[in-house]
Amino acid sequence: MLAAVITAAVLVAVTALLALVRVERGPSMLDRAVALDTLTVTLVGAIAIEAIWSRRTETIPILVALSVVGFVGSVTMSRFAGKEPSEDGHVSTREEIAAQARAADVPRGEQRNGVRAIDAEDDSGRQGGARR
Amino acid sequence: MTHVEPGLWTTIADVLAAVCLLGGAFLTLGAGVGLVRFPSLLARMHTVTKPQVLGLVLLLTALALRVRDGSAVAMLVLVVAFQLVTSPVAAHMVGRSGFRTGKIDPDDERAHELTEDD
Repeated sequence: MLAAVITAAVLVAVTALLALVRVERGPSMLDRAVALDTLTVTLVGAIAIEAIWSRRTETIPILVALSVVGFVGSVTMSRFAGKEPSEDGHVSTREEIAAQARAADVPRGEQRNGVRAIDAEDDSGRQGGARR
Repeated sequence: MTHVEPGLWTTIADVLAAVCLLGGAFLTLGAGVGLVRFPSLLARMHTVTKPQVLGLVLLLTALALRVRDGSAVAMLVLVVAFQLVTSPVAAHMVGRSGFRTGKIDPDDERAHELTEDD
């Protein structure tokens, strides 16, 4: 049993190193998400190997929590990577932000103040232009 | 720490656990090697979904054979079921956002199921 446990521990450690290599190389955010998922599952495997060696059951809830964390992390990263537009690096000007806010018509919070301020500059003659 | 009576069945279960342990660790290593060596995002996604999940299932089977405790085995079954349910979902999310951000070579696709309707 000791030989099997040592061999498995070495294999899992090598897997963690390979996953770290992929995290470092990338090249994209999604590759890193995939590699971090592997790293989390490798951690689950390492804890399982320790529990196998010492016949321990106290660490099993950690396995449940880690598998949940791995799933949520991978989904979140791919979610945000997907939201990233292809022409990123474009920073909206204040007029564009105001136009978007006007189009979306969500007059609350700081956005309302911004819209009202810019509207007051643009057409100060027309009263209540920002109130809709 | 669970107390296990020594005996013939314990020996058999331990040998089975050792076999499952080595198989699971080997499959996990296969996932790691594929993660480094495979050329594209979709190929790397393959290693994360298939060999890794099977390797984890084998490792947890080895743990269940080793502890042989009712509540612990129930929680291990929960972990395995959760992996089996969530790993396709995570792979789908990664693949979809990879497609949307143009990280997937069009030559890799057989059917364009995620493209917009013409």
